[in-house]
Amino acid sequence: MLNRIMKAQRLMDAACLRLGRSINVMEVCGTHTVSIFRNGIRPTLPQGLNLLSGPGCPVCVTDQGFIDLVLELAARGDCIIATYGDMVRVPGKSGSLETNHKADVRVVLSTDDALRLADLHPDKTVVFIAVGFETTTPATAVAVADAARRRLKNFCVLSGHKLVIPAMQTLLAEKNNQIDAFLCPGHVSVIIGSNAYLPIVEQFGRPCVVAGFEPMQVIEGIAEICRQLAQGTAEVVSIYEGVVRPEGNIKARQLMDKFFEPYDGCWRGLGKISGGTLRLKNQYARFDAMQRFGIEEIPAEEPRGCRCGEVLCGLASPVDCSMFESKCTPDTPVGPCMVSSEGACAAWYKYGRRRRRNG
Amino acid sequence: MCLAVPARIVELEDDRAVVDAMGNRWKCRTTLTPDVRLGDIVLIHAGFAIAAIPEDEARKTWQLIAEFDAVQKEHEKGSEID
Repeated sequence: MLNRIMKAQRLMDAACLRLGRSINVMEVCGTHTVSIFRNGIRPTLPQGLNLLSGPGCPVCVTDQGFIDLVLELAARGDCIIATYGDMVRVPGKSGSLETNHKADVRVVLSTDDALRLADLHPDKTVVFIAVGFETTTPATAVAVADAARRRLKNFCVLSGHKLVIPAMQTLLAEKNNQIDAFLCPGHVSVIIGSNAYLPIVEQFGRPCVVAGFEPMQVIEGIAEICRQLAQGTAEVVSIYEGVVRPEGNIKARQLMDKFFEPYDGCWRGLGKISGGTLRLKNQYARFDAMQRFGIEEIPAEEPRGCRCGEVLCGLASPVDCSMFESKCTPDTPVGPCMVSSEGACAAWYKYGRRRRRNG
Repeated sequence: MCLAVPARIVELEDDRAVVDAMGNRWKCRTTLTPDVRLGDIVLIHAGFAIAAIPEDEARKTWQLIAEFDAVQKEHEKGSEID
């Protein structure tokens, strides 16, 4: 293992020397962000090699307007809100699901749990809050397929599912972006396949390296990026062999295509992204909460002083925000990057504090 | 959120499975991985198997989870003393 670390170190040093400027690698996945902190990887990198936390935490990129919609549905009285636990504490305009005591909110671990709730409560409509990237979307597709087959009338989905590639393209299309390469998410790539990153490499000439979440994977992923940058090449490489295939999970991709279609939805901090959000196709509109209740998402302004938007684009670090650690903490989160344990601000708060205090 | 955990399929009927990871057992669906068999190791995310993976890959993750657990317990012990 030491040999592998030394080899990685040499590749990183060589790239820094060769380029003679700082190198910015964006990790696009909240799980990578957490792994990098937990394993203390950041301080081991050569000076000038920076890791930016990108828009890879689905809770963080969910627009406040979407949260407001969830709260609106929760306030109706005839709905049960079924959601993954991550969404419960995200603040909207008027509190969160957690502080809204009248709302009937159930935390579920899978879409099957949400369908079971619909069976148990025929007098209520169960609205499943469908957030997450491509890892999570196929499960929602299966739930809609089950609901359609069983002709369930009291189940629907509020879809805020996001696609990772359009977000990466949006970041790179921004003239001031500082991103040299992407460390691509391991488990999203299990579904979409490593070939999904080819357009990024072809269009923008940035290396895309898929890695798992163990420390060696992260270190070797960054080293592979450095190898490419030093040689002036840009390729898609997966070092998560045996897990990520070039074509991904075809069955899961087919299910996503069958039930969902992309549209220009709002992302927190990034605004409208062309084809970046998924909604149910027209033939499944009866399972679409927006259609069923005649509601639509109105993009919301970010809370005053909150810099989550810039953090998500890699333009600011959590510590650059004046509210970080003072007004905004995991117990009293102002922005979404502090709410989710995978958010950049929460990770900096949890793992970065001791180091700052000592150094 | 997009983190999947490796587990071994210990019961399987149609697309309904029971999986085991480090002695913890729970139910999941194999709808997205129709070719898996009893005994295979799969990555589980939000109640669904999303890929079959090699055993050595799973072992690395299980070992890491055990290490995190140990560190976390140590950390909690430390905070109590503080």
